[in-house]
Amino acid sequence: MFDDFFIRALVAGIGVAFVTGPLGCFVIWRRLSYFGDTLAHSALLGVTLAFTMEFNIAISVFIISSMIALILIQLQKKTNLPGDALLGLLAHSSLAVGLVVIGFLTFIRFDIMGLLFGDILAVSVDDLLIIWFGGGLILLVLKLIWKPLFASTVNYELAEAEGLNPDRAKAIFTILMAAIIAISIKMVGLLLITGMLIIPAAMARNLSSSPQSMVIYSIIGGLLSVIIGLFTSLEFNTSSGPSIITAALLLFILSLFKIKKSIKLKN
Amino acid sequence: MSTDQNILVKLNDAGLQLNNKWLVKGVSLQVEKGKIVTLIGPNGSGKSTTAKIALGIYKKIDGSVEKYTNRVGYVPQKISIDWTLPLRVNDFMMLTESLNKETIDEALSLTGVIHLKDKNLGDLSGGEFQRVLLARAISKKPDLLVLDEPVQGVDFTGEIALYELIKKISDELSCGILLISHDLHTVMSATDHVVCLNGHVCCSGSPIDVAKNNEYKALFGEQASQILSRYEHKHDHIHTDEGEIKKN
Repeated sequence: MFDDFFIRALVAGIGVAFVTGPLGCFVIWRRLSYFGDTLAHSALLGVTLAFTMEFNIAISVFIISSMIALILIQLQKKTNLPGDALLGLLAHSSLAVGLVVIGFLTFIRFDIMGLLFGDILAVSVDDLLIIWFGGGLILLVLKLIWKPLFASTVNYELAEAEGLNPDRAKAIFTILMAAIIAISIKMVGLLLITGMLIIPAAMARNLSSSPQSMVIYSIIGGLLSVIIGLFTSLEFNTSSGPSIITAALLLFILSLFKIKKSIKLKN
Repeated sequence: MSTDQNILVKLNDAGLQLNNKWLVKGVSLQVEKGKIVTLIGPNGSGKSTTAKIALGIYKKIDGSVEKYTNRVGYVPQKISIDWTLPLRVNDFMMLTESLNKETIDEALSLTGVIHLKDKNLGDLSGGEFQRVLLARAISKKPDLLVLDEPVQGVDFTGEIALYELIKKISDELSCGILLISHDLHTVMSATDHVVCLNGHVCCSGSPIDVAKNNEYKALFGEQASQILSRYEHKHDHIHTDEGEIKKN
């Protein structure tokens, strides 16, 4: 049944949406959109590494993104630069270095557009396995660290004082971010992965009054975006990533009409 | 049980230095089961810092902390909650521990905010939020409660009721309480041990001993000292539930 490229893309996209839903909520809650962007940009380096060493793309992207996250933490400790400047530095330099390296690899034909914006034709059965097993693992780990991670998102000192070890949860979450980027790069493309994380979650925020309901709406929003986006991509021959993100944007705009009254009262 | 087994947290000559400035230095104190230890002192005297050292929030401290329990309830002095989070009071109650409905309802009723259970955290007033914070801290039935100005922003009658509640909790759960408060009147009635801070421990002991201490007088003025002695006088009797007056 996975012979058809479109079915493969659909199954892959659905798998990705289940994982980006809850992770995206944390990206919004912890204000990590730009951090996600940085990891995603560095993924290009991971892809080039995979091509030169003939290695699995998802695994090498995961390794490179995790390394960039570690470098970021070190730079934050050792320099006086503000966080957003460091993120920008890492994001653009890793993207640039990745593109330069691609320039040298003249012996390999690169589909740069596919890399940047996603390519549903490129999803193989192996990729499906990585997405569903990797994704399942990410969700399992997220469930295990949910309490300390969420508590420290609300208030770090409360979580620390009441023995939840928020630093460990934060470190594990960083690894999960690198992992979701690694498994979703083929679907959405590295320029738009953060959009897949935050737009369905942003839509969900407009509809929900508790963290759990926001996660559920975020998953539903992601699934709808993937399904609508992929059918559009098939019908009009557009890149899969931009089609999915555009669908997500439309859902977000619709959700604006349902914003809870309490928010309106406050502003 | 020996006294040692009753110790919940113990600070040995603990202090914290930040940017070459001592926030607090050389604090030794211990909180035992069923006892209330109160930290008093002027602004910037290191009360909150001491509480955070006791909680293990600061890692690079001078001296040492021995913590013998992980069942801790904490009401911080300042808490900045990101109001963009969709968080109802009910969700907040289960922040660090999963609790059943009865436990949550009971704690919220005790602090008088059960009617706010389904409200968004961002929609509460300062005093209401303070009551929710206290309810959350006591709901998990902790061994150690650390309360940093727990009744700030609460109305006057509520303040007295909440202090009575704190005393009751300490007795019923036989948990130890580390309390920080500005209100000398209310604090002294229930406190077993007072530590007066001013960057270091300037004096400590029973409320009465502290009130007589010259350093305390120098810090808070003669009048504060009289508050305490008046308090001693006032409390040579207790009121029973039946409305009788019993001699201590």
